[in-house]
Amino acid sequence: MQVTVRVYASLRRHLPEKYSSNPIELELPEGTTVGEMIEKVLKLPHDSVKVVFVNGKHSDFDQLLSDGDRVGVFPPVAGG
Amino acid sequence: MFPQGLFERIQGLSFEEAGVPVLAVADVHSLAEEWGLSVREVELAALEIKVMPRRYLRSLGTVGWEGQKRLLRSRVTVVGLGGLGGYVSEALARMGVGELVLVDGDVFVDHNLNRQILSSNDVLGRSKAEVAKERIAHINPAVNVIPRSVYASAENLPSILKGCQVVVDALDNLPARLALQDAAQSLGIPMVHGAIAGFVGQVLTIFPGEPGLRGIYGDKPPEKGVEVEQGTPAATPMMVAAWQVQETLKILLHKGEPLRGRMLLMDAELGTAEFIEL
Repeated sequence: MQVTVRVYASLRRHLPEKYSSNPIELELPEGTTVGEMIEKVLKLPHDSVKVVFVNGKHSDFDQLLSDGDRVGVFPPVAGG
Repeated sequence: MFPQGLFERIQGLSFEEAGVPVLAVADVHSLAEEWGLSVREVELAALEIKVMPRRYLRSLGTVGWEGQKRLLRSRVTVVGLGGLGGYVSEALARMGVGELVLVDGDVFVDHNLNRQILSSNDVLGRSKAEVAKERIAHINPAVNVIPRSVYASAENLPSILKGCQVVVDALDNLPARLALQDAAQSLGIPMVHGAIAGFVGQVLTIFPGEPGLRGIYGDKPPEKGVEVEQGTPAATPMMVAAWQVQETLKILLHKGEPLRGRMLLMDAELGTAEFIEL
């Protein structure tokens, strides 16, 4: 299945070099969860991601991805 | 409730501009002195007889006559007077929100100068809350500023927030933001959250009973976010504070649709904005 991922803010700096485009098109095996995609494919440390949304809806790391999903990955932001 | 004869004096000094009877700033002040009233009371008296204090003329189309009265009778608490809180306080004062409780225990330091509208070379080392009060007195003396030079805490927040209609979260760390949300919720006050880092920012309005920041960050959030590495440049607080002001005004005016249950995420570097359903 194919998903489209947008990685926000400084999280982009931590991505493997091959994912320099934005958004990133990923080919993933069926049954991949949001958490697996973030940690195993994008290689982002779990703690660095605080907000994930799938198709515009807030989601958690356990959510199963589906073909065509549009995923956003956002770090914690707390400055004022 | 207004002294006899005041309405006639207002009428006498008013003139028409763009088809609207208006009262000039200088006349508002001389009437306040003449009648021993506050600037805000004179403005409310003028509005009562459909004379618009001229300083609000360009707000009229958006806010309306009743809306302007409502703003002058409102109280908003802004917690944090840095990049976000400075712009938020400034804009609410210009709109004529009658009472602003401005909370920050900090003083201005050199590295505030890149973005904080309340900071300038001559106020370095001075209390942010006191400086805010002085600046707003120059901008709009109708606004009663209650400066609180303290750091917000679970202990002092209930007394700080009491009596306000909206609280603006303009803090700079997650644990304090969660404590503010808890205090606002226990008092039944809506909170307008805004946060920034680098080119990105987020805005969310949280009403009592909604999970808000706890739903996003859980109960043990990190102290700081990616602003630690990305910093906080000049325009990002403007971008987010502007939305926080709009949210605050909408709540006070019972107008429009707040960012409720949906968080606005803006990434100016990518040139994108998203709404996430929570």
